[in-house]
Amino acid sequence: MKDKDDFIYPYIPNSLPEFKLSMMREIRISEVDELYRDIPKELRFKGKMNLPKPLYSEMDLKRHMEEILSKNKTCEENISFLGAGCWRHYVPAICDEINSRAEFLTAYAGEPYEDHGRFQALFEYESMMAELVDMDVVNVPTYDGAQAAATSLRMASRITGEKEVLIAGAVHPERLLVIRNYLSPDINVISVNYDKVSGQIDLEDLKRKVSSNATAIYFENPSYFGCIECQGENISRIAHEVGALMVTFVDPITLGVIAPPSHYGADIVCGDIQPLGIHMNYGGGCGGFIATRDEEKFVMEYPSRLFGITMTVVEGEWGFGDVAYERTSFAKREEGKEFVGTAAALWGITAGVYLALMGPQGMKDIGKTIIQKAQYAARKLSTIKGVKAPLLDAPYFKEFVVDFNATGKCVGEINKALLKEGIFGGKDLSKEFPELGQSALYCITEVHSKNDIDHLVGTLNEILTR
Amino acid sequence: MHKVGLIVNPIAGMGGKVGLKGTDGPEIVTLARQLGATAEAPFRALQALLELEILKDSIEIITCPEAMGENVAKKCGFKVAIIGTAKEETSADDTRQAASEMMKLQIELLLFAGGDGTARDIYSSIKDAIPVIGIPAGVKMHSSVFAINPKRAGELAFLYLTGKVKEIKEAEVMDIDEELFRKGIVSAKLYGYLKVPFERRCVQNIKTATTPSEKYEQEAIAADIVESMERNYIYIVGPGTTTRQIMQLLGLDYSLLGVDVVKDGKLIAKDVSEKQLLEIVDDKHSKLIVTPIGGQGYILGRGNQQLSPRIIKKIGKDNIIVISTKSKLHSLKGAPLLVDSDDDEVNKMLAGYIKVITGYKEYAVYPVSF
Amino acid sequence: MSESKKAKLRDFHQAHWDEPVIFELSTRGARGILVHEAEEEIKAEVGDGISSIPEHLRRKEPPALPELFQAQVLRHYLHLSQATLGADLNIEIGQGTCTIKYSPKINERFATSSKVTELHPFQAEGTVQGALEILYKTDLFLREISGLSRFIFQPGGGSHGLFAIASMIRAYHELRGESNKRDEIITTIFSHPSNAAAAAVKGFKVITLYPDKDGYPDIDALKEAVSDRTAGLMITNPEDHGLFNSKIAEFTRIVHEAGGLCSYDQANANGILGMTRALEGGFDFCFFNLHKTFSSPHGCGGPAVGAVGVRKEFEQFLPVPLVDFDGERYFLNYDIKHSIGKVRMFYGVLPVVVRAYAWIMSLGEEGLKEVARVAVLNNNYLMRNISKIRGATIPYDAPGKHRLEQVRYSWEKLTKDTNVTTEDVQRRMCDFGMHYWTSHHPWIIPEPFTLEPTESYSKDELDEYVAALRKVSEEAYTDPQKVKNAPYNSCIHKIDPSLLDDPEKWAITWRSYLKKHRKDINA
Repeated sequence: MKDKDDFIYPYIPNSLPEFKLSMMREIRISEVDELYRDIPKELRFKGKMNLPKPLYSEMDLKRHMEEILSKNKTCEENISFLGAGCWRHYVPAICDEINSRAEFLTAYAGEPYEDHGRFQALFEYESMMAELVDMDVVNVPTYDGAQAAATSLRMASRITGEKEVLIAGAVHPERLLVIRNYLSPDINVISVNYDKVSGQIDLEDLKRKVSSNATAIYFENPSYFGCIECQGENISRIAHEVGALMVTFVDPITLGVIAPPSHYGADIVCGDIQPLGIHMNYGGGCGGFIATRDEEKFVMEYPSRLFGITMTVVEGEWGFGDVAYERTSFAKREEGKEFVGTAAALWGITAGVYLALMGPQGMKDIGKTIIQKAQYAARKLSTIKGVKAPLLDAPYFKEFVVDFNATGKCVGEINKALLKEGIFGGKDLSKEFPELGQSALYCITEVHSKNDIDHLVGTLNEILTR
Repeated sequence: MHKVGLIVNPIAGMGGKVGLKGTDGPEIVTLARQLGATAEAPFRALQALLELEILKDSIEIITCPEAMGENVAKKCGFKVAIIGTAKEETSADDTRQAASEMMKLQIELLLFAGGDGTARDIYSSIKDAIPVIGIPAGVKMHSSVFAINPKRAGELAFLYLTGKVKEIKEAEVMDIDEELFRKGIVSAKLYGYLKVPFERRCVQNIKTATTPSEKYEQEAIAADIVESMERNYIYIVGPGTTTRQIMQLLGLDYSLLGVDVVKDGKLIAKDVSEKQLLEIVDDKHSKLIVTPIGGQGYILGRGNQQLSPRIIKKIGKDNIIVISTKSKLHSLKGAPLLVDSDDDEVNKMLAGYIKVITGYKEYAVYPVSF
Repeated sequence: MSESKKAKLRDFHQAHWDEPVIFELSTRGARGILVHEAEEEIKAEVGDGISSIPEHLRRKEPPALPELFQAQVLRHYLHLSQATLGADLNIEIGQGTCTIKYSPKINERFATSSKVTELHPFQAEGTVQGALEILYKTDLFLREISGLSRFIFQPGGGSHGLFAIASMIRAYHELRGESNKRDEIITTIFSHPSNAAAAAVKGFKVITLYPDKDGYPDIDALKEAVSDRTAGLMITNPEDHGLFNSKIAEFTRIVHEAGGLCSYDQANANGILGMTRALEGGFDFCFFNLHKTFSSPHGCGGPAVGAVGVRKEFEQFLPVPLVDFDGERYFLNYDIKHSIGKVRMFYGVLPVVVRAYAWIMSLGEEGLKEVARVAVLNNNYLMRNISKIRGATIPYDAPGKHRLEQVRYSWEKLTKDTNVTTEDVQRRMCDFGMHYWTSHHPWIIPEPFTLEPTESYSKDELDEYVAALRKVSEEAYTDPQKVKNAPYNSCIHKIDPSLLDDPEKWAITWRSYLKKHRKDINA
């Protein structure tokens, strides 16, 4: 690689020989290689990196990328009934307009002066989420809902000093894997069963397994199977009686019509903001939130940043900054105090835009629409011979388990056949939850038209009677 | 109305520019003057007071006559109240007297311009009754009561008086043996602790969520030590605010500046002498816990009569536990921890690297030199 | 050539909209968007739907979200956007360690294409061959760049990547029955604090090495620190001051001999692409920030990807799934023997990987090397110019000594002379439309500032930045109060932090603010 090479890269202004040579002269080197003197010879990479020939022209790059991306078949081109932690909801145009703004897209970690807008946008996101969950403290987003859940549980452990967590009911298997890895080696995870008929948490099993060693009882509402957990009050009582906290994972898009967990005793509320104006992005659209009451014992445990409002030296003007919690007193439970880094801020800003557009009435409307469509779908699916939907006898929001056991066909084949008709069937639960046999998790949101649902039912009917 | 005390040691720093180390003792002062030294401290005090000028109307400066404070205070236009009588030559006694008087008058804050000697004199009068800010003006400034420069001292006073800085820290007052010091030998001995206002640098930082205070760090270190304490072992605890935390965590009585001995969670001897230590350490499992003292980070200095070379040899390097907050290590700016016992053999034994406990389950490996 | 030294400083003023908090713009009944209603037939069939929710779980009071009309929402956020100094808008060299370079706009077309955004992670593999191909091929690229065997993209950032690595180190020792004994991780004070923090979550004790007088991690201290309790070394090279530790291979050898593993935090990879690799350095693990070196934009703080790589023998610990290729099709492989499970749901942020892939494809091997070389040239040029600014010093400097991609400077002299601190300078730089960053905690170097020019800025732009710094230095010496009370031309004036550190006063949300500070006003 010679410095006198004349290739000029559009992204590298000082690849221009005139600049490069002028700078080299000024720092008195004759070869850029001299700047790498500190790297010993034996560590200097002399080989070739086997990378493809570069596509220098933007047009060539575009053609290449389009060719690869065209191999993807999207949920827009097909009808998808997939959910399970990532859902297709309608994304308002303004959401994409704002999160593609050059300023928000490329900002990072400036001060509350030149990045005042970023701080305010995130403070507003925290504030709107706070109204949604009806609690006074919400953090800047973390990686995803799973991380939010895992961190909430570590926070609980630091607050109560105990090292045992009860995970109750049907929980997203991937989230459970994340939680388990995050809590090990020092915090123990105990599973509590769900009732096979009602889909609710088995309170007897919970009471048996809870003890004064418990730091938290965790459950998801709706559960992984889409069931709405109705025993929140009881669960919180059980938790508080042994000095544990109740940590509830909630889907924020339900909160226009369903009571937030703080209303039934949750101490820490967490969840994923992906349904709030963020595209699925193959699972990359997630962002996690953690909400608590505004009490020092909670606030001091957040590992993430918390933005607060403050004043400036000009009367009437205000600004934002990090709430500077100074830890003044050490308690032995401090081990594993976690880390903070780049996570999902742009998604947080997007969720804020979404909530501002929707307002209270919009959140109510969308909750209603989703419930109605889901119920319609379940009903219609149940008319198919051998199909039971929902399997579990609980109120549900946008997802429910469809039982195909009586059809004699397995979900794998059914989904394959559906795919041929341009339909992505619900997630196959048969391996994750063998006790459910050949069942699938179907998701219906506001994006599914009546025709889409009828088309699904018609096609399934046809497949199952072949 | 803020009542602020001001003591200027007019001869502090006079030795420095003419190559003398300190101005303790009238002969040294005379020598300094002969060598052409002029008073530095008053000018420094002035620089500090200028930062407070904006509060002129709400401050009353209580100070000593003429060169010991009156001159500079009046120069800045402050409201001034004088205590004591004017003198031709001022001395340490004057400092002590003035500080005592000011304490009785219940001042809010004491500003002084001087060096270690001045700090010691003030301490002996007021102990930790009133917060103090040192305007650096002396030659010997090993005590950590001094701001980094006179302007900063004034700025800190401003922030404290206007309530923007509320934290108070304990700052070491060092007792340097003057004779030895003139020979270029620093013996680090703790004299006591003064209370100093402390500004936490509020830095917006993307990578940290909560910042630990020094007390937090000290408690964390104490927790780590106490957790690892073994039965039937004797723990000799040296002086320092960080080591003190161990005693507090165990709920034990302790001596502020001396060496205490703990075994199985109980205090078995307080403020021991070398002789007592020799008896206790004899043939039993012993560990010594020390923390760096003074601006230069001495873990063992000549001033430590009790922790003599004999004791150190008996305990052995492997049983010496060094503890330090991270902020203390960082204040050394990369310079090694220091040992300076009377015995070359001991110095060599301890030099090299040592593991330092800096938090709960957090350690550093840091160089030690002599 | 002398013209460039007289770089003109802008008479900059940032947008100052005095924008209210969104709740203050609320009007009862306003609608920003109307929501699709279920079809009549659906309503007829199921009724209102809500009655299926048990009464005690129905939301009684609607959430008190603000109510605005659509254009008002747009206008509000556009104002906030203007009050944010994104990298696209300025000479973004002030955020040292963040490697903020130009994120090509063409890559945004790909990342926001519906062929990326409208994919569900559980779609049949046959329907996402394009996505899997990009994940797989980017893995191959990073293998070439690092010399390691396999990469995953699950972690959502660098710190998360460190956490994944700490988890794998633990899993390795657990498998050998040594995790109780091997409970110490060694790191350095100049490494990113998340190296220590991530290790601590996994129950490790952390031993920190301090630098020797030349700024390098002290190898003799390392020798003292290793023992049969050593689980691993987690280190950055070059560290944040830009000095490359030439003894790095010896560091890793020492740790390996003691039975530990070595992790390479490659957040600072921008200056060494194609020049030196993790493999030859002796590392078992490494990670790259795709949102730093590989150009994906920072998004105000994410979404991002910490791409973690491992040597072959550690593939068995990777979080699932891996993306594999059987010669014909790409597929997800969950069969990882001793996998740590997952650190994140699904597979990572696909749009970020897409951008990284496209960026690498547009540059190729020679282009990546040019990126590194120009980044390093820019940095040394910048350093030479800053060394001439009054009050600025370069810790660990020596005649003829060069740095790699960034430098940590010090204003220690400036502060001593004028009492102007690095934070004061930071606020004053805002008045020129520039960012400037100090340092990670702890501040080993007093009054620090860390600048990283990357390859994205021209010589003239570097000169403009230096001119601004020089101006602030001059002001510090002649009119320090001006610097201390900055900023004047930014979005807001100097902040009074007294509402941020007092639990009685702080307000993390608007409702909290109203409760604590505006009790007389109805929310």
